[in-house]
Amino acid sequence: MSAYKIIDHEYDVVVLGAGGSGLRAAVGLSEAGLKTACVSKVFPTRSHTSAAQGGISAALGNMGEDDWRWHMYDTVKGADWLGDQDSIEYLCKEAPAAVLELEKYGVPFSRTEEGKIYQRPFGGMTKNYGNETVQRTCAAADRTGHAILHTLYGQALKHNTEFFIEYFALDLIMKDGACKGIIAWNLNDGTIHRFRSHTTIIATGGYGKVYYSATSAHTCTGDGNAMALRAGLPLQDMEFVQFHPTGIYGHGTLISEGVRGEGGYLVNSKGERFMERYAPKAKDLASRDVVSRSIAVEINEGRGIGKEQDHVHLHIDHLDPKVIDERLPGISEASKLFANVDVTKEPIPVVPTVHYNMGGIPTNYKAEVLTVNGSEKTVPGLMAIGEAACVSVHGANRLGSNSLIDLVVFGRAAAKRAAELVKPGMKHDEIDKNETDRCLDRFDKLRNSEGSNPTSELRLSMQKTMQSKCAVFRSEKTLKEGVNEIRKPYDGMDSLSVKDKSLIFNTDLVETLEFDNLIRQAITTMDSAYHRKESRGAHAREDFPNRDDENYMQHTLSWCSGSKTKINYRPVHRSTLTNDVQYFPPQERVY
Amino acid sequence: MVQLSLPTNSKVEKGQYYKDKTGSKNIRKVNVYRWDPSKNENPRLDTYEVDMDNCSSKVLDILNKIKNEIDPSVAYRRSCAHGVCGSCAMNMNGKNGLACTKAHTELDGDIDIYPLPHLKVLKDLIGDLSTLYKQYESVEPWLKTSKVNDKENIQSKGDRAKLDGLYECIMCACCSTSCPSYWWNGEKYLGPAVLLQAYRWIIDSRDEDRKERLKKVADELKLYRCHTILNCTNACPKGLNPAKAIAEIKKMLATA
Repeated sequence: MSAYKIIDHEYDVVVLGAGGSGLRAAVGLSEAGLKTACVSKVFPTRSHTSAAQGGISAALGNMGEDDWRWHMYDTVKGADWLGDQDSIEYLCKEAPAAVLELEKYGVPFSRTEEGKIYQRPFGGMTKNYGNETVQRTCAAADRTGHAILHTLYGQALKHNTEFFIEYFALDLIMKDGACKGIIAWNLNDGTIHRFRSHTTIIATGGYGKVYYSATSAHTCTGDGNAMALRAGLPLQDMEFVQFHPTGIYGHGTLISEGVRGEGGYLVNSKGERFMERYAPKAKDLASRDVVSRSIAVEINEGRGIGKEQDHVHLHIDHLDPKVIDERLPGISEASKLFANVDVTKEPIPVVPTVHYNMGGIPTNYKAEVLTVNGSEKTVPGLMAIGEAACVSVHGANRLGSNSLIDLVVFGRAAAKRAAELVKPGMKHDEIDKNETDRCLDRFDKLRNSEGSNPTSELRLSMQKTMQSKCAVFRSEKTLKEGVNEIRKPYDGMDSLSVKDKSLIFNTDLVETLEFDNLIRQAITTMDSAYHRKESRGAHAREDFPNRDDENYMQHTLSWCSGSKTKINYRPVHRSTLTNDVQYFPPQERVY
Repeated sequence: MVQLSLPTNSKVEKGQYYKDKTGSKNIRKVNVYRWDPSKNENPRLDTYEVDMDNCSSKVLDILNKIKNEIDPSVAYRRSCAHGVCGSCAMNMNGKNGLACTKAHTELDGDIDIYPLPHLKVLKDLIGDLSTLYKQYESVEPWLKTSKVNDKENIQSKGDRAKLDGLYECIMCACCSTSCPSYWWNGEKYLGPAVLLQAYRWIIDSRDEDRKERLKKVADELKLYRCHTILNCTNACPKGLNPAKAIAEIKKMLATA
């Protein structure tokens, strides 16, 4: 593809994505003196971290006794024992320092009477290994993600990180199984850029947009995940998709779990606080998969609210308006805008809504990407962090407020590891011209599509299939249908239509490239779900209602070439990182 | 009366008319500013007939409907769709706002959608915000403190409350691009968005650089081009008050 002018760059490290994890990594890399480029398809503060509301977990103990081991136990249990306990130990132990560092960076945390960081209760967060609720989730009102993202962007500016903003990444450059950089398209002027780097850190977030209704932003298309697939690498645990219990009915806007943390509760059409039946101890603060399933059962059994009996109500109208004003102002605003509800007087109509991908690019706790070759091995030159990665600390179900802490802990870990592996100014390898050609061939082919299927139609078909065949409850029948149906929009790309042929801010082509990324993840998600014949965390099979530790204490690995997948497994790590804590063996999971 | 003449290539021409194909009885005309940098043509105003019976409540829903069902080439930024990322700031029926939070029922008649005013247009509804971003960098938006221990800074609830109404800014630029002073002196005047951010750090009790920050911003052009027109506060889709933040800076400087 000699028709495209290529601009070359050389960096020690390239960070792909400028959300919470990408920015935290970029800050650490710049501090370490590595020449760092941060490439993002949106301006950093537009990243989806900005939408995180309730808070960031860390056992600071500002509001009662706490211990990182308790946090670890909760995370292991929340993950339904699919998490790797070495990584979970690392996450929970490092969490307090990571939050204090954010405070030092300037995050405007809400405060206690003594002026310390305010912490609120959150789902699944308990004291003393599952006993009573603990206040562990550090909050900046209900705009914690926004506050952290803007602060991290400021830190990156302070450390002179070089940004390439509104660049859409196309593919990884691979050589002999190692990553040598990325190729990206500059939307501002239409040029193609080749970034060579010793380490590439994928921080591109989740892929919620494979579903029709999601709290995710339009830009959550998992571009880095798809780049890994195209590079012949596997994605891990893709069947584990978190449905947040409280998305606004009909619109999908997130209503923070912090609402229930501050005393909000759910009711069905009979006015019952039904969570008492499903989680006698934790009630409305059980973990998200449990609450979402409970709501789905209420609706399926005819106790939903509304004309279609298809949602439930979330009440905070009993709370002191001053508390709402101070701690949940964003929720009041969103409820007014998208449900026309005054939360001080009326309940919010809510329904479980796709929110988070536990699955992603497999890594170890140092953020190095893993693949298997007989046994586990790392992929030289490639790291992944944040929602794009599957460390795996969230296992089969992530606890609320564990995602923001994941971003900063592993963003920092990636920078640390990269600084060990890369020395400033190291010489770059020669790269194969074929890699660039293959990438630009795909780009050019999509751009010049003259068929009859608009991207928007194929995307809608994919989203509807995922929504109906791979939802809160799954079965052999729905998944088998799903495995077939999800390939139709993929095949539809044979006759794709892209109307805009230009190169500057061609958002028709951007959406097409994003669809090409999404559909591969939709296929791996559906196939992974089909092959896991048990129920664990967010993966609930009606035909296999129990957890099967004998056969499935394993991470699913899925490779995807075209619409063909290959499924394999690797064992969950059954040991901790150090002797500071003992391995938590699997137990029955009740809240 | 002053006679203004615009360069010929900036005149907005009448564009294409996309007639409804759904047979809907509930049609709304939506006029969208279009300009493609790769073509040597004037900007134009395309008109789309949109079936409102099958359209959700916000202006962004209309744009998505146009892009998905009528004309995939129309270009605009969008991401979170609920007013926190600040991507879809644009001018709707003469007023700046976020397309994702603006209900189309609040707009009368045909809907006119333009990019944010007085920005260099990159394509269609996408404006160039690079000057504003550079100005944001210039106020050094990070905490300056000499404390290096590993404990958190203590901040009273009262001091923390001083950041409310400031830290929520999503940098959508609705305010700055509604400000006549910023239109004329946008290269030098920092504008309401950036001054609000400057004040967010000036007033943070944890920051030790207040004096320097004030000194840096105390400039005829950077600060005092604000003539309290208050378009900024009217425009802010998050209900913030940049004009008040600017007034507070001026007051601090006057009483320092």
